[in-house]
Amino acid sequence: MLLQVDGLRKSFGRRVAVDNVGFSLDVGEIVGFLGPNGAGKSTTMRMIAGYLEPDEGAAKVFNIDVAQERRRAQERIGYLPEGAPSYGEMTPWSFLRFVAEARGMTREAARHAVRRAAQDARLGDSIDRPIDTLSKGYKRRVGLAAALLHDPMLLILDEPTDGLDPNQRQAVRDLIRRLGEERGLIISTHSLEEVEAVCTRAIIIDQGRVVTDKTPDELRDEHGSLERAFEALTRGEERA
Amino acid sequence: MKKRPGLSSMLAIYRRELLSYLTTPTAYVFVAVFLFAIGLFTFQVGGFFDARRADLSAFFSFHPWIFMVFLPAVAMKLWAEETRSGAIELLLTLPAPTWSLVVGKFLAAWTIAFAALCLTLPLLITVNVLGSPDNAAIITAYIGSVLMAGAYLAIGSVMSALTPAQVVAFVLAVLVSFLLTALGLPLVSDFFSSFVGGGVAETIGRFSILHHFDAAQRGVVEVRSIFYFGSLIALCMGFTMLVIDARRGGSR
Repeated sequence: MLLQVDGLRKSFGRRVAVDNVGFSLDVGEIVGFLGPNGAGKSTTMRMIAGYLEPDEGAAKVFNIDVAQERRRAQERIGYLPEGAPSYGEMTPWSFLRFVAEARGMTREAARHAVRRAAQDARLGDSIDRPIDTLSKGYKRRVGLAAALLHDPMLLILDEPTDGLDPNQRQAVRDLIRRLGEERGLIISTHSLEEVEAVCTRAIIIDQGRVVTDKTPDELRDEHGSLERAFEALTRGEERA
Repeated sequence: MKKRPGLSSMLAIYRRELLSYLTTPTAYVFVAVFLFAIGLFTFQVGGFFDARRADLSAFFSFHPWIFMVFLPAVAMKLWAEETRSGAIELLLTLPAPTWSLVVGKFLAAWTIAFAALCLTLPLLITVNVLGSPDNAAIITAYIGSVLMAGAYLAIGSVMSALTPAQVVAFVLAVLVSFLLTALGLPLVSDFFSSFVGGGVAETIGRFSILHHFDAAQRGVVEVRSIFYFGSLIALCMGFTMLVIDARRGGSR
């Protein structure tokens, strides 16, 4: 099993952000995280990536507990944080070199990894311009390249296509589909159409809980369309 | 493939941080202001030429006071900026131990302070042209100054980790630095001795930065002062690591 998540729970002060989230993921699967804003998607992803420690429960990557053996687990995870943060004054090339070397790669290995990841993320010819001067879509792809550097088996991408124009979105989706062939991916998104386009499974999260974990086809059969499934399963947010 | 992942991560962090100091104008502005201030104090307030002595005491005596403002400004961005931009999420999901991040960043800031001090070396040349100073004593004072700079930067690192706002980090660091420096002043120790008696006040004074820089400034190498600055740096690095690690735990 690539990823096994059991009973994850996280609260901030008195607010419970994630409440007993559990699911598993195999190689070849692309899971779409869906849910209203503030449902706990990002917090769940952060716990799997080892940025936050869960209050209860555990996420295990190849049976390595992320909280217990953080570094060993993180070597196997590629993570794109929400908003794809990077260092604006750096060029994509120097930024990726930094991430590779900070991951413990030798200079030679880092150079090699950067070239490959830049190609995979289609960074093209803007690789020598400061990140601050690049478009939102391009920045997103720089973050994606940073997540791919060490060729991880598990990729966690928080809103990888948010704010991209339709062409860029298509390019990132193609990349996700290609990556998903021999890896496991979790992507969070607000776009139901995206789930239909790339995901093999949809997990809908509402108020910190998993309310459904099915294939997009199953959801469509049950509710008529993904939109209706989403509406029916996440009513809680509107009442609150 | 990699024997010491912590060390190579630290070096990567160090290089990136140093590069960010050198590619943004802020560090240059700070260093320029530092050099201007140190020159002003040495010549105008300290009366470097009027003293007609071939030494740099007029120069070194102002270091603690200028450092306590200049160095918090250098250190304030170390962690606050990462938190504000969200890049901290990137750093904390690297398979790197927390110390490698904390120490790498600190060393980059220390390098900037070291470079700023190196730019004051023309003074050393000047006194050597004008007279025959005790150069060993001056080098000792420089080493003391570098160590002291490390202590101020380490304090700045803790404060920067505590808040996403650089200005808040700066003000807190100046405040803590001032307290830790001024503990040794007669003004402050007199104040303490009126409450707790002269003995205790003197003991408190021994923990001040001023007290420990004093010996170095006179050209005396004191092991306990080296130990003092070393422990202060180590302590603050430890605090920074605690604060950063507490982030992972969230509100727990």
